Amino acid sequence: MDYHINHLKELEAESIFIMREVASQFENPVLMFSGGKDSILMVHLAHKAFFPARIPFPLLHVDTGHNFPETIKFRDELVERLGAKLIVGSVQEAIDNGTVTEEKGINASRNGLQTAALLEALEKGKYDAALGGARRDEEKARAKERFFSHRDEFGQWDPKNQRPELWNLFNGKHHMGEHFRVFPISNWTELDVWQYLAMEEVPLPSLYFAHTRPVFEREGVLLADSDFIMKKDTENVFDEMVRCRTIGDMTCTGVAKSTAKTVEEIIQEIATTRVTERGGRTDDKRSETSMEDRKKQGYF
Amino acid sequence: MSDNITNSELLRFTTAGSVDDGKSTLIGRLLYDSKSIYQDQYDAVVTASEKRGEDVNLALLTDGLKSEREQGITIDVAYRYFSTPKRKFIIADTPGHTQYTRNMVTGASTANVALVLIDARNGIVEQTRRHAIISSLLQIPHLVVCINKMDLVDYSEERFNEIQEEFEKFAAKLDVNDVHFIPISALKGDNVVNRSQNTNWYDGPTLMYYLENVHIASDHNFIDVRFPVQFVIRPYNDEYHDYRGYAGRMAGGTIKVGDDVMLLPSGFNSKVQKIMGPDGEQNEAFPPQSVTILLEDDYDLSRGDMIVRTNNQPEISQDIEIMVCWFDNNKPIQPRGKYMIMHTTKTARCVVKEVRYKLDINTLHRDEDENTINMNDIGRVVLRTTSPLFSDAYRKNRITGSVILIDEGTNNTVGAGMIL
Repeated sequence: MDYHINHLKELEAESIFIMREVASQFENPVLMFSGGKDSILMVHLAHKAFFPARIPFPLLHVDTGHNFPETIKFRDELVERLGAKLIVGSVQEAIDNGTVTEEKGINASRNGLQTAALLEALEKGKYDAALGGARRDEEKARAKERFFSHRDEFGQWDPKNQRPELWNLFNGKHHMGEHFRVFPISNWTELDVWQYLAMEEVPLPSLYFAHTRPVFEREGVLLADSDFIMKKDTENVFDEMVRCRTIGDMTCTGVAKSTAKTVEEIIQEIATTRVTERGGRTDDKRSETSMEDRKKQGYF
Repeated sequence: MSDNITNSELLRFTTAGSVDDGKSTLIGRLLYDSKSIYQDQYDAVVTASEKRGEDVNLALLTDGLKSEREQGITIDVAYRYFSTPKRKFIIADTPGHTQYTRNMVTGASTANVALVLIDARNGIVEQTRRHAIISSLLQIPHLVVCINKMDLVDYSEERFNEIQEEFEKFAAKLDVNDVHFIPISALKGDNVVNRSQNTNWYDGPTLMYYLENVHIASDHNFIDVRFPVQFVIRPYNDEYHDYRGYAGRMAGGTIKVGDDVMLLPSGFNSKVQKIMGPDGEQNEAFPPQSVTILLEDDYDLSRGDMIVRTNNQPEISQDIEIMVCWFDNNKPIQPRGKYMIMHTTKTARCVVKEVRYKLDINTLHRDEDENTINMNDIGRVVLRTTSPLFSDAYRKNRITGSVILIDEGTNNTVGAGMIL
């Protein structure tokens, strides 16, 4: 007998351990679900962690109102299949209530407004732990995240004062009103996620696979054309064969030229690409530390 | 799926060091040569370096926080990832100064390999000793000593041997079994990924070859069965009406369907009826798998309890002695002080009965007259817990041998302990 498991099974075991730790240590956890591949992976792992029981926490989707229609369809089907509970937090509602003000101009995005809607939804549901599919390889501020990441009563992250994490001992103790963000797939890379999704044959939204759609170019990034984005006169719309490497709000998620129509072809593409997956995210490019700044305020 | 994906192992290693010893250059080279730095990341580093009026500074890749970038130092543990067809690597990159001992300890706690860097011109310095001592205390199974900047000592074999001998003499006092020495130049690339033409006298592996091939399969304890119950799965539906599964992660030993087991703390005996893994039923489980175990008898068993082999039990005691590394910047460990203690999946309370000595982490000297353990200090203390822990010596099992201490007022993790 060879007592050895491959790196994907080891990552899987680690993530399952973290999810069970959350179910044990917290009263009222919730899983943040965006419809992207990382949150699909999270749901898949949560299903395995508690099988044959149901996932012991609801899914929370913060809907910017600017989603790709494909995302919403996929979300609803997944929830139906697993018999999970879905809660939707709405950015449109937060705008209508006056909690937040919509950005104006051609680079207007609701990405930043998600924070307010997220914090509102977390407060309303009295959630003491929010599981998210962020990974440390995505972005340099996320590289500093803990598995169990403490948030104060304002939902803020204090990166200089984080709890040390050793061995597999995770301290989720908190005062009333504070909560934790928990990132069970911290140690996965983009390639790991794809290799695992391929190995497990997990169904994915069509947006990840190459398809032809109307796009336009802005500052070297291709964006999908939609009514949610104001275009300059010089920005011409044309058809292109593209796919999404990440899925977020339509206003800030770039698409990439691609011919990859299967998961295997995507893995090939990623193995040879020279740009990170968030390279197409205009929300990260607002400043050198824009992710850290947003995270401190409570962004996920 | 190709074979090399399904066979590739995960290796975690830790580095420690300051700006000048070439650590960032070395990590940068490992990432760059394994094609794990992307063009946009590299471009962002170039832009950020230019803004600071510096040459391309690869440290900006790992030093992600605003304050780190402003001060030009690594404050926190940064995790970096790269992979080759053989292995996936996780680097826990930690700062090397004394005031960041706690970060070094954190990075070392899960590492298979410690990578110690020595500047060939300076030889062994305080920081080298500190890193080696921490690696030994945290029982990192493999130590690889890279003697760097060989280009600046004319690739001298004599200098390499001199440093190796000095290190071995010092390491004899430590608890390390597997030490390897490699002459490298991170800047020029000698013996990092590619074999150097400048060190013909050296016939050992390159650093990358070492990392890809060092034997880590036996880093876990496969002898002593330890299964801390983490969560009880009870579906309460018609299909699985009487299902009661004990979920957890194997902390030691191997366990098979049909094995006789003992339940702690009750001492009752039972048999393994079924093991459920992430892919359904499996016949056997071993570390680091997360599984769900079903037993033949219906005993009361919950989080914090443990499944072990009948004739192989851990220490069951309310009194433990630990080497503690202190993390709290507000106050030192309090003699007679009370803390929460986490051990495997169990949380209890404890009281500090005695501080035996403080360890000088530069010399290994035990100062028995000093019982103030401040932040970043390491010392030996005696604890009494409110309920018995099921533990092993840290030397025997890093999972059942480790604890953290939590301040009851602030909820912060204030100490990490290794059971003696």
